[in-house]
Amino acid sequence: MAKASTGTLYRGNEGMWSWVAHRVTGVGIFFFLLVHVLDTSLVRVSPEAYNAVIGTYKTPIMAFGEIGLVAGIVFHAFNGVRIVLVDFWKGGPKNQKKMFWIVLILWALMMLAFIPRQLMHTFGG
Amino acid sequence: MATPTIPAPRAEYDRHKTTRSQFELFAWLFMRLSGVVLVILIFGHLFVNLWSGSGVHQLDFGFVGGKWANPFWQIWDLVMLWLAMLHGTNGMRTIISDYTEKPGTRVALQLTLYIASGIVVVLGTLVVFTFNPCPTGADPSLLASFCKA
Ligand code: HEM
Repeated sequence: MAKASTGTLYRGNEGMWSWVAHRVTGVGIFFFLLVHVLDTSLVRVSPEAYNAVIGTYKTPIMAFGEIGLVAGIVFHAFNGVRIVLVDFWKGGPKNQKKMFWIVLILWALMMLAFIPRQLMHTFGG
Repeated sequence: MATPTIPAPRAEYDRHKTTRSQFELFAWLFMRLSGVVLVILIFGHLFVNLWSGSGVHQLDFGFVGGKWANPFWQIWDLVMLWLAMLHGTNGMRTIISDYTEKPGTRVALQLTLYIASGIVVVLGTLVVFTFNPCPTGADPSLLASFCKA
């Protein structure tokens, strides 16, 4: 029997951590979406109400919150495509670890592009 | 003597028709199909609202009015709302089933989930369809430019 400290076939490797991160980001995005539909619904109340609440998204602190949100969504999206490939592509299961690293690289590239852009939007420049 | 034929084992043998519901299979498939479509819808949404122009800072009532005056964006946002909520709600259903140990806790949490999701989907749908970009009596400086006509 495999020892817990050395990990089993599944435990502690790319397979497990991608699953943990997919689950955590999925829950996070879900709760944000509930709030986001509610704040958008304020367009039916009045322009002033909508602008007041959407204005809170433009503060420097929230700018970092949005970076975290985008990071979560982009990871969940790319890793979701990886899950689809594992399930439907013939070579998927064999390449799942490789695909996890590709997901991380693509994710890092997206964040390297988005973070400066977001900081420029927020702090000017 | 003719060789005797032996029927293939299990062939044509059905003790009873399967009564198992196909629901979980469809839910599994839906997670994958909706996921692939959501990549396009959400990346497009983030690109237009958060990357283009001045990003978060362009978001206000006039910006939303400008987008939803176009049926293209109304449909985009409506499909995105439904797919993301169904996908997210089904994902949360799975997670609740994974971590609850008593059936009562599971049913209570899932019921709460379905009520919250139902309210959000209905509210969001109504907002997309009943939104008026140029409400009468509103401050014109807060509205989309085409309202001044
Ligand atoms: C951006 C495109 C997205 C893709 C490609 C995607 C893909 C996936 C896939 C393939 C699964 C696995 C389903 C399964 O194991 O049967 C999943 C699970 C999940 N997704 Fe998404 N998804 C996306 C967007 C979203 C959004 C917007 C939300 C929230 C509203 C969300 C919330 C969840 C949740 C909560 C789970 C369950 C996680 C788990 O069981 O561990 N996803 N997603």
